[in-house]
Amino acid sequence: MEFELQLTKRFSIPNCHTLEVALNHGAYRSFEKLFSMKPEAIVNEVIASKLRGRGGAAFPTGLKWSFVPKDTALPVYLCVNADESEPGTFVDRYILEYDPHLLIEGIVCAAYAIKSHDVYVYIRGEYVRPYMIFKKALDEAYRSGFAGHNIKNSGYDVHIWIHRGAGAYICGEETALLESIEGKKGQPRIKPPFPAVEGLFGCPTIINNVKTISHIPWIIEHGGEAFARIGTSESTGTMLFGISGHVNNPGFWELPFGMRVPEFLEKYAQGVKGGSLKALFPGGTSTAVMTADECADLYLSYESMRAHGTMLGSGGLIVMNEHADMLHALRTITRFYAEESCGQCTPCREGTFWIHRLLEKMVRGEGTTKELDLLLEIADNMEGKTICALAAACAIPVRSCVVKFRQDFEKYVKPVFVPVAAAAEKMLGDDAVPF
Amino acid sequence: MAVQFSEAALKEYEEIVTRYPDKKATLLPALWLAQREFGYVSDEVLEYIAQLVGMPAVKVYEVAEFYTMFHKKKPGKYHLQLCQTISCYLRGAEDLRSYIQETLQVLPGETSADGLFSFQLVECLGSCHTAPVIKINDEYYDSLTVEKLDAIIRHLKKNSSGEDHGV
Repeated sequence: MEFELQLTKRFSIPNCHTLEVALNHGAYRSFEKLFSMKPEAIVNEVIASKLRGRGGAAFPTGLKWSFVPKDTALPVYLCVNADESEPGTFVDRYILEYDPHLLIEGIVCAAYAIKSHDVYVYIRGEYVRPYMIFKKALDEAYRSGFAGHNIKNSGYDVHIWIHRGAGAYICGEETALLESIEGKKGQPRIKPPFPAVEGLFGCPTIINNVKTISHIPWIIEHGGEAFARIGTSESTGTMLFGISGHVNNPGFWELPFGMRVPEFLEKYAQGVKGGSLKALFPGGTSTAVMTADECADLYLSYESMRAHGTMLGSGGLIVMNEHADMLHALRTITRFYAEESCGQCTPCREGTFWIHRLLEKMVRGEGTTKELDLLLEIADNMEGKTICALAAACAIPVRSCVVKFRQDFEKYVKPVFVPVAAAAEKMLGDDAVPF
Repeated sequence: MAVQFSEAALKEYEEIVTRYPDKKATLLPALWLAQREFGYVSDEVLEYIAQLVGMPAVKVYEVAEFYTMFHKKKPGKYHLQLCQTISCYLRGAEDLRSYIQETLQVLPGETSADGLFSFQLVECLGSCHTAPVIKINDEYYDSLTVEKLDAIIRHLKKNSSGEDHGV
């Protein structure tokens, strides 16, 4: 499998976070071509590349950019989503740490394409080291004219600011991220209006993930069509896949889309640790769990995941071996959503909380089979009934785990208590007719 | 008002104001700055920030409560943030939790009697491939076992005199 690395090409070069080393290895090479092209032409190249947003939703990036109103009198903002918080997802911080200049280069390219001069990079609060490294790289880029006023004598300005989050998963949702920059609680906004029309400070805004932005310099240098030739028809280019949980070699790798999941598990993660494969979350915990049988013909592409009723999400695979207990795992997963629900919508605030409580009850051995069905009912009452997708992100693993691994849950729950039978027994005493 | 930023912090805040078209947007950076200056954001600090940013104190309080990284009370010299989310759970985070609770005699949300360690359970720290993970102040400690954590804690206890921490 021959392919060119786009995101991680400089990861193995020592000190590549410094401008000097990055420049010696091709950083900012796309600027020459970038500023010779019209912004609209860049957008067209990105449309031709079929690049899809790498944050999880996989929305076509070029199409998103094209939603910015033409010739708007308002400033256009670009926000870079480095709030990486989806359980099982951990690769964006390595771009910030190992090759921050790739991201800065991508930011300038993307800002130019959407005619933006003001960029906010939203870095999750926990990422202190990535923040420090990125900040230092940004200062260097400013000093050497790769960011700020009149970038490399192009006459184009791009001001880049870092905005640190402070511990809230929901701020990865794009409108919650905007609220957080504006100094508010990270509570998602009702859409429409979509951010491309009315976003940050009421102005047109594009929000893109770190990986998405970092692909742009390659697309400018090589063209959208070259990018579209990599991977599969619907999943073009490369992707940073991360894998964690019960595997022998957890880590991350940049690969073209389309590899079969068992091959990825064997070749890169070096197999399941501590037993055979039981279950796998393909793209963070917010995606439907796959059984070992389902994984057999599952591929690392958007279309294969969709055909299997799940999603590639952020590309963070989580593996569980045969000894993993799904009730305990799901309790852990739902606690995350109960903790991270912003509290704005009732189905999410109450649903995540009660699902987690019911699972806690089952762990204590106090649950009933009826409550197992109640979990599914609550999940149905959450999905699609809230402002953002957090409720669905909880409902999806709940439904898929309970349906596919019901026997794991049944071990802990008691058969449903039938009040009629009990009442009859009480009335008739020892002579009761057994039901 | 009793609390106030140092001159250096005020200068830093003035630079932050220039980054945004709306002063309200400086709230999160201002809270970070306050936490660095005062170690935590008490009600008194929040009132000061409200005045500085030009917002009602209740709004500032609401935001400080919403985000989990702002401390409302003084944390220990070493603030232990144990990730308990799925990948860390699968790789033994619960053993680390028991170890911390038993050895340091702290429950989540508490600070040890000597003020050295405060303990917080957190959700996904974004280092799933090096699970289980604990963040102590600003640093991540990766691929832990109870033995490794024990060595770290012993080391911190030994070094607790003298050196500053910086939350």
